[in-house]
This record gives sequence, structure tokens and C-alpha cells, in this order.
Amino acid sequence: MPNTWVFVEETEEGPATVGLEILTKARDLGGELSAVYLGAASDENFAALGAHGASKVFHIAPTDALPAAAVAAALVDLAAQHSPDLILFGLTYTDRDVAGRLSARMGKTILSNATDIWVDGETLKVTNEIFGGTTLVDSVFEGDGPYLIIVRPKSFVAEPSGDGAPSIETVTLPEVGHAGSAVVTGSHAETLEGPKLEEAAIVVAAGRGIGTEEGFGVITELATKLGAATGATRAIVDAGWVPYSKQVGQTGKTVKPDVYIAAGLSGAMQHLVGMKDSKVIIAVNKDEEAPIFGVSDLGIVGDLHKVLPKLIEALDNR
Amino acid sequence: MRVAVCVKQIPDPASPYDLDPDTHFVVRPADQVMDDTDRYGVEMGLQVAEQTEGTVTLISMGPSGNLQGIRQALAMGADKAVLVDDASLRGSDSLATAAVLAAAIKREGFDLVIAGTESTDGYAGILPQQLAELLDVPALTFAKKVVVEGDLVKIERQTQSGYDEVEAPAPALVSVTAGVVEPRYPTFKGIMQAKSKPVDTVTAADLGVAPTTQQKIVDIRPAPERASGEIIEDDGNAHLKIVELLEQAKVI
Repeated sequence: MPNTWVFVEETEEGPATVGLEILTKARDLGGELSAVYLGAASDENFAALGAHGASKVFHIAPTDALPAAAVAAALVDLAAQHSPDLILFGLTYTDRDVAGRLSARMGKTILSNATDIWVDGETLKVTNEIFGGTTLVDSVFEGDGPYLIIVRPKSFVAEPSGDGAPSIETVTLPEVGHAGSAVVTGSHAETLEGPKLEEAAIVVAAGRGIGTEEGFGVITELATKLGAATGATRAIVDAGWVPYSKQVGQTGKTVKPDVYIAAGLSGAMQHLVGMKDSKVIIAVNKDEEAPIFGVSDLGIVGDLHKVLPKLIEALDNR
Repeated sequence: MRVAVCVKQIPDPASPYDLDPDTHFVVRPADQVMDDTDRYGVEMGLQVAEQTEGTVTLISMGPSGNLQGIRQALAMGADKAVLVDDASLRGSDSLATAAVLAAAIKREGFDLVIAGTESTDGYAGILPQQLAELLDVPALTFAKKVVVEGDLVKIERQTQSGYDEVEAPAPALVSVTAGVVEPRYPTFKGIMQAKSKPVDTVTAADLGVAPTTQQKIVDIRPAPERASGEIIEDDGNAHLKIVELLEQAKVI
């Protein structure tokens, strides 16, 4: 029965959803379950962690430094006292920073991009997806733990267990000198209209096929009509046409909406991995060979600039 | 500044990858290209070096092949390359790779290390952070903009909801997102010069490291296939099929 820790970062909405997803999954593994929580102290947030299965919370209060170096150092000390078998992280920016530094500081490997964690007999196995999700890879750790795993968001569904408030242990961050000297001097939030990309029931996403930056207008218009979030491929984010926060895929967000409308995007592997588990996928692309058609419930070979305006009009007339 | 840029030669992503059935490793042909995401790191490194009258050294690990990918980065303007090519390192996990790269970077000396946030072929996405820890320097991660002012390195760091301004004094590591800068195309002169630029090929033993890999692939299997649906040509009324499907899905 493993002693499992789940690293959870605070977001604007409380403990990060991916953290709650991983806590939910970790309950299946049995044993002791604790959260390492980086965020402001709040009974509500602690209760949310408890309600998802953490019987204990190691609480770390954030500072104005980028936290990874000091948090990794603190976790090495903490692990020496409590001997966790597994330390789980979400595939997010700060989690990756902490996990990477912790790995190097402990001299322990990480299995990244996990979409499943399971026990086969006595062996812990970690599954991840390659080649755009068409191929599954099972890996095992060699040698002693703690075993570090980074889990892709939306691999599991967060469900409360109904457990009560956890016990809290406050963790003080050590001084780590030069390695900890990166400080945050300003913070900027992009104003987002409509639902959040990760939570929207419908996502309308576009790729290079929109032709120009202005071509995204029809995508936004359709999304507004449907109460949907807009998404984008890496290509048009790199081109500077839309902000990075809209990127869906390996290096962007993972989404699983009820309906995903993919317009003018070919379905590169790195995009498919972020959206292929959507319930219904509708694709519009001029190229009938586009890989996106391989995962679509409805594929339309045609010009998005013809199909989508008509779709908007049809929705208007309903 | 002495800038070390981590680059990786990978099989051309445009052609399907082969996996060795015994080792499960990606088969690496002699012709490998520079990972496209590394072009951004190389460009960023060149800009910092130009601004600070510094140098750019490429640091890489993997089978040399015909060095095509390394020459691409040298053709952009990097001064030289250190390539760790050692059969004993095949199948290294990211921590073992970071240990090797850290040793190579330390041997060369550095003020700034630049890496992409993740490679296109392996994409574990944690090597820059591991490398920073091994080098005992701050990691300015997920940078979408980088500015060097004297000894201070300032970045705009991607966040879930926007970006943060983050800074740290050199020596430091920066991981850059694709799009941080517009990579230059090699000039003809650059391509010719790249042929004679120094490429120092070394082994793990030369660097005094012998890292062990602590993970193993035990099975590779096809994912359950998603049944592909109906594909139609737009005859001017295809949008009605979308409306129909949206109604079935009960989202309108």
C-alpha cells in the first residue's frame, strides 16, 4: 500500500483541477494519501483537498519568487522524514518546474505525460500516449522510489470522496541561494471572453486554414453564437495570430468537450493529443487527406470560409 | 555572455517514426534534422550573444549521424558545438540526459543556458528544470520573451491565464517556447561556414559522468481506435449536417 503525495497548486478557482483529478485517481492505489499544497492558507481549499481524499496536507505558502527551487529543496527534506513511495504532479507550468528540480535534487527519474497509473501484480505501471494518441506505452520504474510521475490533465475525472477536513502540516521553505533567485515582478492576465477553454461544453478551434489573423473572426463569431470557447493549433499561436492561452495540444491545453469543431486544422499529432477524447468531433478542412478526418464523427471536405458563415446564419434562423 | 544552447537532432517529424521492437527506442537514421523547437533557442542565443558580444555553443547528446541537424544550427550562426555521442547512453531518461548535458555545459563554462521547453520526439518537458538544478542556477521557464540587461535576465513567463514578468541574475537557465523570436534562415555564407566550424564529439567518460536510467518501457500497444465517422464533400449544404449533429449532441 503506497504512501502517495499529490502536488497541488492553487489557482484562481482554488486547488488546481488537475490536482483534484490526480487525488481522485490516487485513492484507487490505496494506502496513505497526502497533498502537497502550494497556495494561500484557506479552510475552504484545505477542505476541497480533504474532500478529494487527502487525509493530510503539507501546506507551503507562496512567495514572490518562482517557487520550484525552494519547494524542491523543502520536499527533499520532507520526503526524508515521511518516505513517500509516489509523488504525483499535473502537467502544468509550475508542477513541471517543481517536479524537474525535485527529480534532479533527489536523483530520481520522472515518468511524464502519464494518462494512467495502475498496479499490475506487484508492479506499478505508468501509461502514456505517443504518436498523437494512437499508441500506448507502458513504462515501469527501475530501482528504489520515491517514484515521480507527471500526469496529463483530464486523464481522470475529479470526484469528491466525501472525506472530512485533512490535518495540516505547515512547511517552511529553506533558503536555496542563487538557484532560488528568480522573482516574479509583475503578473498579467489575458482577458478571456466566454467560457474557459478547459471547461467549455463546445470548443471551436482553428488552424492555418483560416488563412490570416483576421480569418479567426469567423471562429470567434461561431463560438459566441454557440456559447463555446475558441481554441487554436500551435501553428497559429506561433504565428502570433491568437494568444498562447488558446493553444490546444501537447504543448497547450487538453480539452474534452461535448463537441469539438476543428476548422482548417489538419490534425497534427501534437494537436490531436489535446482534443481526441472530445465526445463529438466535427472537422472542416479542404484537404480530404487531413488526419483530423480520421478521428472525426463528421468530416466536411470544404472551405471553412464558406461552411462556417452558412452555419452561423442557420443557427441565427433557428 | 557565454551562451550554451541545448539542441537535439531528431528524425524528420514529417516521416513516420520507427520503434526498435526489442529496445522500444526510436530508430535514428543518419539523416536527422534539428528539432524545430530548438530553432527558437538558437535564435534567442544568437541575439543575446550579438547584444553582449558573446558566444553561442551548441550542446547536444545523441547519435551523430551525418551531423545534418547540428550543421543547421551552426549555419544559423552558432560558434561551435559539443556533441555527446555514446552508445552507452542510448535510451537515457531525461535525468540521465540532463546529467550529461550539465557536465558538458560546465566543462565549456556558461553565463546563460537556453533550452526549448520540450523536444518534439520525446516531450517529457522537464529536462530544462532538471538541468537548472544540476547546474545550481535559477530556471526562467516557459519564456515567450527574453531580455538581457547587464547581468539580469528578464523574461515573460507563460502562465495558465496570461504571463508573469520574471527576472533572475546570471548565470541562469531560460526555457523558451516556440514563437519567442522569429528564427533566422541560414544564409549561403552561413551554410558554407558551418562546414568548418568545430564540432567536439565526446563520450560520457570524457565528461566524467556515468548516469543510469531508472525507467523502462515494458509494452507498446495500439490505443483503442476511435471509429471514424461520416466524411462528406461540401455541396453547399454541409452546414446543415453540422446543425443536425449539434442537435443530436443536445448542445443547441
